[in-house]
Amino acid sequence: MTQVDVRALAKLARLDVSDEELARLEKEIPAILAFVEQIQQVSADVVPESPTHRNVMRDDTNPHESGLYTKDLLDAAPLQRDNQVVVKQVISKKK
Amino acid sequence: MDLSTLTVAQARKDLDAKKYSALDLTNAYLEKIAAKDGEIHAYLEVWADSAREEAKKADDMIAKGESKPLTGIPLAIKDNILIKGRIASAASKILENYRASYDATVVEKLRAQGAVFLGRTNMDEFAHGSSTENSAYGPSKNPHDTSRVPGGSSGGSAAAVAGDLALASLGSDTGGSIRQPAAHCGLVGLKPTYGAVSRFGLIAMGSSLDQIGPLTKTAEDAKIIHDVIRGHDANDSTSLPDSLVSAKQPKILGVPRAFLDKGVDADVLAAFEVTLEKLKKEGYEIRDVEMPTLPYGLAVYYVVMPAEVSTNLARFDGIRYGHSAPADTIGEVYTKSRGEGFGPEARRRILLGTFVLSSGYADAYYRKARVVRALIRKEFEDAFQSVDAVVLPTTPSPAFKLGEKTADPLAMYAEDIFSVPVNLAGVPAISVQSATVERDGTKLPLGFQIIAPHAAEETLFIVASAVENARG
Repeated sequence: MTQVDVRALAKLARLDVSDEELARLEKEIPAILAFVEQIQQVSADVVPESPTHRNVMRDDTNPHESGLYTKDLLDAAPLQRDNQVVVKQVISKKK
Repeated sequence: MDLSTLTVAQARKDLDAKKYSALDLTNAYLEKIAAKDGEIHAYLEVWADSAREEAKKADDMIAKGESKPLTGIPLAIKDNILIKGRIASAASKILENYRASYDATVVEKLRAQGAVFLGRTNMDEFAHGSSTENSAYGPSKNPHDTSRVPGGSSGGSAAAVAGDLALASLGSDTGGSIRQPAAHCGLVGLKPTYGAVSRFGLIAMGSSLDQIGPLTKTAEDAKIIHDVIRGHDANDSTSLPDSLVSAKQPKILGVPRAFLDKGVDADVLAAFEVTLEKLKKEGYEIRDVEMPTLPYGLAVYYVVMPAEVSTNLARFDGIRYGHSAPADTIGEVYTKSRGEGFGPEARRRILLGTFVLSSGYADAYYRKARVVRALIRKEFEDAFQSVDAVVLPTTPSPAFKLGEKTADPLAMYAEDIFSVPVNLAGVPAISVQSATVERDGTKLPLGFQIIAPHAAEETLFIVASAVENARG
């Protein structure tokens, strides 16, 4: 079975996982991977999909009035001050 | 009015004939909810006051002769579809207090019809599961047998309709989350063509797989709701241009026999064969089709879906919305908020998705899965060269007991074996009740799944109606 470093995955996924759950996941995730590995049995001589690209972006026209949705969107944030979302310091001198 | 036999189509006639008012109808459902939902737990929240206001407005529309197909029709909405100002939690702790900033497009369309929103329904957290047991707010029960699950992830939406707690409901289907609960609760559940219904305002799970669709008592009702909610939406970049394939009378149904070889309960398979025989008598030709890659669908799904889940759930960071855990550094705000807010199955899928996308493994898992997915899509295209629809049981077994599969993720995942290939191919499918089987002395419904080519929903409604007629 594939060895999986669940602690490293949790760090990559920015997810706190307890030691107890970590122990359980170290069994469950390899078991799920052992199941999905059957896809290797399918011969893969398939031409990669080549979708025809088309623009799916909205036309950049008729912009709405500035600030129309600001309050609604800010109100969803757990912390706000002076029309801004409050975030912990991102860059610090100490390392 | 008898709620147990009432359909959307019948209620429309009754309302327009003024047999009863929309307010009467809404009150009848609210009373039933008050009496019965303590046991079923289909709803996470019931909006009695606003529902009555919406019903009164619907009565005004009807009085003015402006009624539309869903005017005054009381509906339940899955908790991952946004209604402005209402909590939309996706049955997760991380969104426990999140109020939607805008209406989903499907909600806007229903509102324009004068539909009534009874409440938001329970589901597996972020639509991860097949039983509602992954809800952070406790499971829903199957109205046919309350010791059993209603299926999932749209289990609350199914239990609401099957328990006469709503006339119809909306769910979302990423790998079977409308069809499987519809099957377990004896309903009709439609997974539309990928892109047919706007997902603007649907809390995303697997973005290459998700679709919103109706759960109803009849195929006719499913069509009525689908016709209202479908259509191109500039707010959803995966939305298809409006182009409906006109329905010719379908004649030939394909059965991928080799796919049914193992894992299906004997009486479920026997009931499936009986339905095929009945359809033959209705004039359908039944033909075997070779689709050798279909059995790999489940494995492909459990690579592609967690990859997309881990990406989509990255937006829940404790900063912009949802639960935020106080911490000293921004990194700890992320890890703590997510660790506290996500339930066990969401965490499992995030980690699994992170693994299959990680450098060194992405070729063997994610990219390989995409190649096999393309093969499955091709197999459907090839099959539809010779048949009008492909049919399968919706699930390998009827509704299982609460707690029966919670300890074994792979056993729970196996519920989706016949439904996930549809999402991988992006084609539409419907589940309709075809029969019942007995378990522990209780008759439990079985679902019959019909799968059609892209944009051929009309084919699904025609064959599903034939199954309803054949069922008697």
